[in-house]
Amino acid sequence: MTSNSSISSMRRLVEQLKLEASVERIKVSQAAAELQHFCLQNAGRDALLVGVPAGSNPFREPRSCVVV
Amino acid sequence: MFKNDFSTPTDLECSPTRDGGTQMHTVKVEQSHKLEHFSIRSLVTDNPPLCKTRLTSARTNKYLPDVRAHTRNIFSEECVRSTGAVMCDQTFVAVTFGPCESCAKTSPLMNIYIKTEPINYCSFCVEKMACQGLQAGESLASLKRESATLKKKLDEERNKLNDVELSKVAEKVETLSSLSIKTRRVLKGHNNKVLCMDWCKDKRRMVSSSQDGKVIVWDAFTLNKEHAMSLPCTWVMACAYAPSGCAVACGGLDNKCCVFPLSMDPNESPVTKKKLVAMHTNYLSACTFTNSDMQLLTSSGDGTCALWDVESGQLLQSFHGHTADTLSLDLAPSETGNTFVSGGCDKKANVWDMRSGQNIQSFENHQSDINCVKYYPSGDAFASASDDATCRFYDLRADREVAVYQKESIIFGASTVDFSLSGRLLFAGYNDYTINVWDVLKGNRISTMYGHENRVSRVRLSPDGTALCSASWDTTLRIWA
Repeated sequence: MTSNSSISSMRRLVEQLKLEASVERIKVSQAAAELQHFCLQNAGRDALLVGVPAGSNPFREPRSCVVV
Repeated sequence: MFKNDFSTPTDLECSPTRDGGTQMHTVKVEQSHKLEHFSIRSLVTDNPPLCKTRLTSARTNKYLPDVRAHTRNIFSEECVRSTGAVMCDQTFVAVTFGPCESCAKTSPLMNIYIKTEPINYCSFCVEKMACQGLQAGESLASLKRESATLKKKLDEERNKLNDVELSKVAEKVETLSSLSIKTRRVLKGHNNKVLCMDWCKDKRRMVSSSQDGKVIVWDAFTLNKEHAMSLPCTWVMACAYAPSGCAVACGGLDNKCCVFPLSMDPNESPVTKKKLVAMHTNYLSACTFTNSDMQLLTSSGDGTCALWDVESGQLLQSFHGHTADTLSLDLAPSETGNTFVSGGCDKKANVWDMRSGQNIQSFENHQSDINCVKYYPSGDAFASASDDATCRFYDLRADREVAVYQKESIIFGASTVDFSLSGRLLFAGYNDYTINVWDVLKGNRISTMYGHENRVSRVRLSPDGTALCSASWDTTLRIWA
């Protein structure tokens, strides 16, 4: 049984590797440029990065004391 | 396949069953290496711990548990013949004892089905048959060699495209000044380690789950606890908010994932209406709803991920490929995206196609268990956090790791990661009680967020990106903004 299952699992592994090898890839320089472009494009909307005016962030609002 | 010898059954037709009676047409089931006889009725009512999809018995119209996703199948013979069930090669139904169709020796038979053809061979002949499937010259050793050369070829192909480092490309980008992120809220209410949390799409509600079985739904603005449920199991390791905001899903050591509808009625506890959706054969490590309330994606300590239909509890797709516990998963962000990434104790991060169940890409760069994976907001990349004290960033279109976030002074494992809205910041929670903020493009650490008094188990950005919530083993959740 063990030889049977390891043969079939090895076969599956070989199939999987063949599939992975056939994936289409782009160069890292191009991928990196696109990642950078996305970051910079959306940086203005990122509240944690640039900070938003204190009034519009509900969490930064000073809360009034609540009687517990 | 079947690992244990099974003893020669003498009288299968009238075997005593677990519910005490003797019944015809029992099904022999292997449960935790112990052979047991169940009558079909007791299989349905007894609820043995098996993973579950449904199959109608052609004879009785009753649902039978079907363990197709894993290692064991339990079908009535009629059902297998009438539906022509196709089993994965790890399954069998051992019901009969008689002459083998191949060698004619009388022995316990393995009734396996090869593309709807029933074959009743003894175990020895099954093994011989499997070996006959090999091509001429193929053997275990040759397959091993082939897989080694393929792996090498894959690495070469990936390296060819590695023409520049991400940090080099980002050199021209402005360095970030330190951030003014502080704790704005501390949510107290759990009595034990908080293991998981999730935001609701309305940006103010959250659900959190803890080691003592409590699941709490909070309003993060007012710190009100809107719902609190006690689950019978401890270590509720996974919880998720439904996109509609009307339900939460959670599970953990009970191997299940249940969906609890949240009602506005304060007298009605969500526990009464709970719906069991997912069943695995080991602990539930992560769960998330897909784009709708109708489907749930889960990952488990049994090494698999699975997609379930919430209404019927039906298993829609299962994802096999990890060779150890799967600890985390994340759905691709786009509306049309049909992929998700999972990370596990086998140090691999796998990207899957949800429709076909296929593993499309796999990354093995970490040196220890991957605790958390999270997609980059654009969906073209993802990050992972691992016990090897590093976080790594992978680009899916370049098919390789493009950055490693590590420092010599950081020696504790990272348990969770999340990106800021623009993807420029990576928040990583560590076992040394801190959250480190990394510059994704440049690769350096920008700042450290202190405050928790025990391990940080989960960090999640709010849906509009204005706040970060962190859950910790110190029983509190903190909201940072």
